[in-house]
Amino acid sequence: MFGLDKKDTSMLIIVAILTLFAPFILNPFPTESAMAQFNAGYPDLMQRFVIFGIFAIGFNILFGLTGYLSFGHAAFLGVGSYSAVWMFKLIGMNVIPAIMLSVIVAGLFALLIGFVSLRRSGIYFSILTLAFAQMSFNLAYSVLTPITNGETGLQLTLEDPRVLGVSATADGSIPVTNLFGLEMRSTFELALGPWAFQFNAGYYLCALIMLAAFYLAIRIFRSPFGMMLRAVKSNQQRMNYTGLNTRPYTLAAFVISGMYAGLAGGLMASMDPLAGAERMQWTASGEVVLMTILGGAGTLIGPVLGAGFIKYFENIFSKINDNVLHTWFSFLPDGMEDAVVFIIHPFIGKGWHLTLGILFMLVVIFLPGGLVEGGQRIKGWLSRRKAKDSGKAAGETNPAE
Amino acid sequence: MDAILLQILNGLDKGSAYALIALGLTLIFGTLGVVNFAHGALFMIGAFCAVTLQRILNLSFELVDETQKDFLGNPLKVKTPYVEAWFGPDIGGSIIDWAVPLAILFAIPIMIGVGYVMERGLIKHFYKRPHADQILVTFGLAIVLQEVVKYFYGANPIQTPAPDALNGVVNLGAAIGMDIVYPVWRVVYFFFAVLIIGGIFSFLQFTTFGMVVRAGMADRETVGLLGINIDRRFTIMFGIAAAVAGLAGVMYTPINSPNYHMGMDFLVLSFVVVVVGGMGSLPGAVLAGFLLGVLESFASMNEIKSLIPGIDQIIIYVVAIIILLTRPRGLMGRKGVMED
Repeated sequence: MFGLDKKDTSMLIIVAILTLFAPFILNPFPTESAMAQFNAGYPDLMQRFVIFGIFAIGFNILFGLTGYLSFGHAAFLGVGSYSAVWMFKLIGMNVIPAIMLSVIVAGLFALLIGFVSLRRSGIYFSILTLAFAQMSFNLAYSVLTPITNGETGLQLTLEDPRVLGVSATADGSIPVTNLFGLEMRSTFELALGPWAFQFNAGYYLCALIMLAAFYLAIRIFRSPFGMMLRAVKSNQQRMNYTGLNTRPYTLAAFVISGMYAGLAGGLMASMDPLAGAERMQWTASGEVVLMTILGGAGTLIGPVLGAGFIKYFENIFSKINDNVLHTWFSFLPDGMEDAVVFIIHPFIGKGWHLTLGILFMLVVIFLPGGLVEGGQRIKGWLSRRKAKDSGKAAGETNPAE
Repeated sequence: MDAILLQILNGLDKGSAYALIALGLTLIFGTLGVVNFAHGALFMIGAFCAVTLQRILNLSFELVDETQKDFLGNPLKVKTPYVEAWFGPDIGGSIIDWAVPLAILFAIPIMIGVGYVMERGLIKHFYKRPHADQILVTFGLAIVLQEVVKYFYGANPIQTPAPDALNGVVNLGAAIGMDIVYPVWRVVYFFFAVLIIGGIFSFLQFTTFGMVVRAGMADRETVGLLGINIDRRFTIMFGIAAAVAGLAGVMYTPINSPNYHMGMDFLVLSFVVVVVGGMGSLPGAVLAGFLLGVLESFASMNEIKSLIPGIDQIIIYVVAIIILLTRPRGLMGRKGVMED
């Protein structure tokens, strides 16, 4: 289907089902129950899942295929956000032109940075991209204030021209982002017994775009172009010796992944029309690196998993507090209960980053292939055990002579 | 003229922090070949050693003093630090006052220990893995260290003042008939940095241990074949590098109140410094540190800012990009070391 082989098609379908039914899947607990606070099926969070999914898919096209570790990818996300907000300010509140512009601007920006950075490889490439991203971040905070609005961040105002729309709605408020009239924030609530599910227009737009982005990534991975990028990763020198210039390929990969980041930035601004320089800081670039590695760099599904995993647990962990822990461990004797809560305390709530850091280190040390490799290992272990069992069974029927 | 001299001083002062951190990074890279993204965290841990010592010295007990009354007429509770109780108010008071310089003694063993544990426990296993993995695992470690410090000390900057005697300003230009007023502590920082840098270089240059380490940096395998346990020496060098970063942090606390992410802020800059100086070159790291510090402070002069707006924010990165593209091995990098 769509020019994919059977395995890829089934993967695409699984991802499609997961994203399209996310409002159900992420809301397993009834609204009244005590566990309801762990529901993740509200629009804001679901939008973040898919937007960061796009960001990580794009990053993976560069890092997973070519092995070039960029530490400045958040710059493209930031540039995308800024251009989308400017589109809302100048043209109108329709998200399509905004997203298009953010992809184009981020692509051009990536072309510029990539052209310079890709002259070096390895750690130098990481540091060059880091330097460029920090430069953009510093500029956005200082001299470029007329464009970026400095520390306050770029916001919509009632005085914006909005040539193809209205500066202010009839009741004097700022118009909201929409897709040909369909407001991004409009949410349909479905109550089924004790459950309440929310279907948000913005989420579904993001989800559809993510599916398209995912499909495109599969095609890139399976294309001769993707093959070439993998060859760059495994041995660039040999590629050069065969007389092939690898730079156009790596540059193309860099620009594509920059455009993915711009797309994510544009979507972020479409869901919530503001943009700030902190989105470009290098810690933000570090976050997408974490997502990709955690999920499994170089695999198709890995980055999406990683992005979902990090954003989901960030949300869950920061909600758990000592009281919740006490109710969980109330079956233990009093002293034990306090001790357990005391031990877990640093890792929850505000300590989520500590958990993330430890988890990330463990993954890099023991599972360089990320969650995907973990899954494969478990699968391999299970099938080996099965094989052993059947082998044993066979052994029993043929006793040693 | 005064302004230019002042900017040079400013630059040397900023540069001394860069140079110290970059020196430690280069020691690690030159000996072990590891790209250590957790180096900024070591700097931060050093700074928090000073905070910890200050807190320990300020541990105090409360006594109800019947002779003094507060404004409600109740007996006043007087806090007396143990140090003052033991050594008398004069000596005890000055010990507390000199907490930051004393923290140097406190920090050295701690930092060497931290470095040793880090190398033996984690980094040892990453020598054979690609540089990207080294970057990633040390980046993760930096996050963990940072969050641990945040858990114990909170997220707000903690004031750690310099001793009163070193807290004022001094007129450095008096001898040559000019008027250059400069904070004393920054002058102290500069000389401290020079002292440490000189110490490291003479240690490497004039001791047998240093000679072996230098030989190992040049050709690890041969030194190993000569029957010298080079790994152990490199581990010690890692500890020393951690101590250098830590001392840079200890002495930096009066200039900038330490908070848990100060390391990350310095890390990016110090990497740029190392790359400009040339990966693996110790003199290069020091030179580039001072050079970039001076450039940065010149770029923040109003005259230059009005010519090229925003230059003060990006000068270091611009220099780094130009150097990386035109002279791949940095200012003083050895030929063939990490050039691709």
